[in-house]
Amino acid sequence: MIEFLKRLLGYQGSSATAKERLRLVLMTDHLELAPDMIEAMKRDLVDVISRHVEVDRDRIEVNFERQDRTLAMLANIPILSVNRPNGNGSVKSESAAESKPKHKRAEDGAPPTRKRRRRKKAASPASSPA
Amino acid sequence: MNARKIVVTSGKGGVGKTTTTANLGATLAKRGKRVILIDADIGLRNLDLVLGLEKRIVFDLVEVAEGRCQLRQALIKDKRFESLSILPAAQTREKDAITEAQFIAIVDRAADQADYVLIDCPAGIETGFRNAVAGAAEAIVVTTPEVSAIRDADRVVGKIAAAGKPMRLIVNRLRPDMVRSGDMLSVDDVCDVLSVELLGIVPDDEEVIDTTNRGEPIVLSEASRLRGIYDKIARRLEGELVPFTSFDGQGFFGRIIDALKAG
Amino acid sequence: MHQVEPIATESEPTTAAVKRGRAIVLTSGKGGVGKTTTTANLGTALANRGASVVMIDADVGLRNLDIVLGLESRVKHHLLDVLEERATLDDALIPDKHTEQLFLLAAAQSREKDEVDTEKMQALVSSLRERFDYVLIDCPAGIELGFKNAVAAADEAIVICTPEVAAVRDVDRVVGLLGNRFRPQLVINRLRPALVKKGKMLSVEDVNAILRLPLLGVIADEPEIIVTTNRGEPLALRKETATGAAYHAIAARVAGDDVPAPMPPAAKTSLLERIGSLLGRNRA
Repeated sequence: MIEFLKRLLGYQGSSATAKERLRLVLMTDHLELAPDMIEAMKRDLVDVISRHVEVDRDRIEVNFERQDRTLAMLANIPILSVNRPNGNGSVKSESAAESKPKHKRAEDGAPPTRKRRRRKKAASPASSPA
Repeated sequence: MNARKIVVTSGKGGVGKTTTTANLGATLAKRGKRVILIDADIGLRNLDLVLGLEKRIVFDLVEVAEGRCQLRQALIKDKRFESLSILPAAQTREKDAITEAQFIAIVDRAADQADYVLIDCPAGIETGFRNAVAGAAEAIVVTTPEVSAIRDADRVVGKIAAAGKPMRLIVNRLRPDMVRSGDMLSVDDVCDVLSVELLGIVPDDEEVIDTTNRGEPIVLSEASRLRGIYDKIARRLEGELVPFTSFDGQGFFGRIIDALKAG
Repeated sequence: MHQVEPIATESEPTTAAVKRGRAIVLTSGKGGVGKTTTTANLGTALANRGASVVMIDADVGLRNLDIVLGLESRVKHHLLDVLEERATLDDALIPDKHTEQLFLLAAAQSREKDEVDTEKMQALVSSLRERFDYVLIDCPAGIELGFKNAVAAADEAIVICTPEVAAVRDVDRVVGLLGNRFRPQLVINRLRPALVKKGKMLSVEDVNAILRLPLLGVIADEPEIIVTTNRGEPLALRKETATGAAYHAIAARVAGDDVPAPMPPAAKTSLLERIGSLLGRNRA
């Protein structure tokens, strides 16, 4: 009878809360148990982003955070340089300017800068360095 | 070696592994199967107590492993059944008193003389658990519909899956009244989260405590509804497709509410 | 050992002597009798009285103290991170959501109990005792390495037992293993007075006739406990409930107050019943 009244009055039982907390805690547990998977995710993520911008692979940070009712992955990926929209050279970030140049930069007005050779074979065709 | 070797495990302690092992074993024996139960909880044995056989222990699992006696000398035949025997654990030793290889060998020897070997696993995921799982070819994971138990069961499910052994789930100590009032996770909730095939649903029953006190598995009691529940579990284990008892039993008022909500 | 900075403000001025908190392990042998629930509730009740409390989840690989407290989403570093010096205590100590001066040091989920170095654990607890009035160690089930490490670091023990033969047997074993260093106190959990009355459950007297330990208190089996774990809000937060009050009484007794051991109603045997059972025993 009590159960009937509770349901009628729209009582929010604790089981809904429990299920949600459980879902999230298991996700976190699974992540904690799979550092290899996280590394693989980081690598894949970076490879995909690198097709569009040049990134500093060594300073990438990936964290998982509880946000409201979900688990979110937060990635901090420092960008070293971004190609101009028409492909005419690129703008480097400050940190890129400080770090050792990986290959010679073309002068402005020169033919478009070729994309850097990717470390992984998969994505873009590898091009010879400038 | 023709027996099915099944470990009954959970991760979390106190969810009903030993009670399940005893009652499922007894039910299988009543159905004419040759059953051997092995208590793998070295140091904290309880399977003997639950079956009321604690006064008949002469030898134990560790002594068999150390070759100080034969398996048949250590096996205690439960006189209430045609063919139910238990191999008790040692009480004054530790779980590392036996190696994985030794345990597997003992399980295999038991399997030569039985149709079912049920291994009562200790709580946790350490040596005792690892040995118990190693000895088995399949697993029954027992959980209650409570957050901590399910979380621990998830861990165990991961480890058994990694060992490549098939497993099925028993949801134990369900309280349908609390599920209905929204204060307990439902069987569906538990299955959603764990994604393991369901073997059985056992409702909470306060008689179980009394039967443990008396050392008489509840399936011996004709009046108990758990008898029918364990019978269904045994039949499913044998491969029969048996519908699950519905504990949703909402009753008259419940159906009105649902009708109102839907309408 | 890694030197840590004190965090919380202390109301008392620091004295010349180093403040020594109490390190208490909560253990049982049998799993599922309520060690974690008791740790969470006792910690809450002690902190509620004004003590500074840290609770350590020593169940490496199967952590649950975090979820009972509702802190599972706040675990960033854990016990092994601290023991292996990848994180400082300040990084790892999680303040409780509901109660001030209450902190959690979570277990690692992806590690194993045998990765805990006993000496480092002892050193950690020792340093925690300088910062906190109480260090409560939630012991894993069993009597293996996890149990041994939890016990090695403690000076006092509370054993938790349900009124069931298997649990009593396990506690008996544990008390034996605890040895002379400890004079454990008993909490009887999940008593169902109605069943005791019907003779279908061991009574408090039955349990303590076997165990013979000083009784801290008795907690009734309440469906509400499941609800509180669902929500991550220990029942001790609600002093107005019978169980909440019982935990507070236990905390008071742990702190040394002269308060009677809490009992669920109708668990106490009447004088007549006691005489009757005494006569019964004499006959047997």
